[in-house]
Amino acid sequence: MDISLQKVEYRYAAGSPFEKLAIEDVSFSVPSGQYVAIIGHTGSGKSTVLQHLNALLKPTAGSVVIGDRTVRAGRKEKELKSIRQKVGIVFQFPEQQLFEETVLKDICYGPMNFGVSEEEAKNRAEYWIEEVGLSREILNQSPFDLSGGQMRRVAIAGVLAMQPDLIVLDEPTAGLDPRGRKEMMDMFYRLHKERNLSMILVTHSMEDASVYADKIVIMHKGKKVHEGTPREIFADAEKLKQWDLSVPEVVHFQRLLEHKTGILFPVVCLTMEELVAQWKQLSGGHPL
Amino acid sequence: MMEKMIFGRYIPADSIAHRLDPRAKLLFVFIFIGIIFLANNGWAYGAAAAFTVLSIWLSGVTIRFLIKGLKPVMIIIAITFVLQIFFAREGDIIVDLGFVTIYEEGVRQAIFISTRFLLLVFMTSLLTLTTTPISITDGLESLLNPLKKIKFPAHELALMMSIALRFIPTLMDETDKVMKAQMARGSDMSSGPLKDRLKAVVPLMIPLFVNAFKRAEDLAIAMEVRGYRGGEGRTKYRLLKWHGRDTLALLSLVGLTVLLVLLRG
Ligand SMILES: Nc1ncnc2c1ncn2[C@@H]1O[C@H](COP(=O)(O)OP(=O)(O)OP(=O)(O)O)[C@@H](O)[C@H]1O
Ligand SMILES: [Mg+2]
Repeated sequence: MDISLQKVEYRYAAGSPFEKLAIEDVSFSVPSGQYVAIIGHTGSGKSTVLQHLNALLKPTAGSVVIGDRTVRAGRKEKELKSIRQKVGIVFQFPEQQLFEETVLKDICYGPMNFGVSEEEAKNRAEYWIEEVGLSREILNQSPFDLSGGQMRRVAIAGVLAMQPDLIVLDEPTAGLDPRGRKEMMDMFYRLHKERNLSMILVTHSMEDASVYADKIVIMHKGKKVHEGTPREIFADAEKLKQWDLSVPEVVHFQRLLEHKTGILFPVVCLTMEELVAQWKQLSGGHPL
Repeated sequence: MMEKMIFGRYIPADSIAHRLDPRAKLLFVFIFIGIIFLANNGWAYGAAAAFTVLSIWLSGVTIRFLIKGLKPVMIIIAITFVLQIFFAREGDIIVDLGFVTIYEEGVRQAIFISTRFLLLVFMTSLLTLTTTPISITDGLESLLNPLKKIKFPAHELALMMSIALRFIPTLMDETDKVMKAQMARGSDMSSGPLKDRLKAVVPLMIPLFVNAFKRAEDLAIAMEVRGYRGGEGRTKYRLLKWHGRDTLALLSLVGLTVLLVLLRG
């Protein structure tokens, strides 16, 4: 399912003294099966953009194409449920959306809203709870007795169990421990690869953006200011600075190394392994 | 979704109404609520309405904005208006359709009651729109202070109020957030049969309550570790000062009272 935003503008509380232009003239597309990361300083409009992807917000100007549906500014849209089934959004701090008596019921809530049978929903819950790294025993507990990290995983399982075509992640790992963070990101990446799912990830971690994404979109003060592959984006640290962003640690290290040794790398390395391999080639086997 | 609702919100600006002492504004609104019941005919209601419009003008808020922001309240007023028209059984009949009869007195009463309600809502909204929650609380505490002698918990009451007011916007934002999260999971609160819609409220209310309790606990702890132990001997950072204009505002109400009494039929 292809997604594209065309000159999207959104004003919160349009027509009141609290009116606030949150995003303006934002256009980009996410072809089916692509992994796109959106990065940008806090308040740059990332979450606002995300909410357009399943018609939770309707643009005040421009249009959003979601598969075979188009949501246009100023036009009443019917039957949004079919859009919402195809696009699963994991919000910032999704643990706040848990409400059922048991984890099982909470995970079944989404699928059953979209007409999946109870039987099938339960099967999905059993499957997805393990996918997010929890054991099946947890299904019968109250979600409110879990730790913050476990609640997060349950909430994510609840969205994944809807089995959407596009998964939208708004800082899914904020506040998790480093290991949990990596597990979670690896799991999303695996889903993306195995099932050819489209992914949109909002993140403050330049590392995650550089390692997982096919394409990076940069937001700054409500506008899309840049778009490109991770290698293109992170090649120019100076440019990123003007948008209050930085390069991943590895790239920073590579630059220091280049500066110190005078040996210039032909490409920007996005992982440590890549950097070591490049170095070996450039220096003729000289250890780092 | 909730962002247009202005009830209980403050709009920063620098109008005459904004500069008034919160105590003056509180007294003003309370007295206004009292004297509006003096009105009992068109002239008196007209005078009260004119007075309200003048107050709105002095606060720099536009009437259009007030009406838009108070839409839910407007709906309630509209419903009472209709009910009033159909249920009053006095005066001459003006419309008789067999199954409904509308009486002249019913229309009169409906207009008066909705006007009164509307003016009350406008005035109270003006208070919150032009006064920060914190000044409202300061004002209220200061007004209630004399009652401390008879063991009235003025400080606690003011504190409770300020906390409640402080969290209204937070709660609204959170409602919006949780509502969106559940809508993304296929919940539908805006269509379908009533029974389903009521059911859709549960996934919204439970997270809100859970979060509210959690926040209350955090707040209590945060206050305690910063040494809060009630109002006893607590000094004030913000001091209230009464100006000539505050007296003037209250005097204008005396004027209105006299006018209403004279116009009363
Ligand atoms: N409900 C709302 N009402 C009014 N303004 C809002 C609302 N939500 C966001 N905004 C404003 O819109 C702008 C963009 O907000 P948004 O939440 O999209 O930023 P973000 O890039 O997701 O930031 P963060 O990285 O902190 O999550 C901000 O200036 C914010 O103040
Ligand atoms: Mg955000």
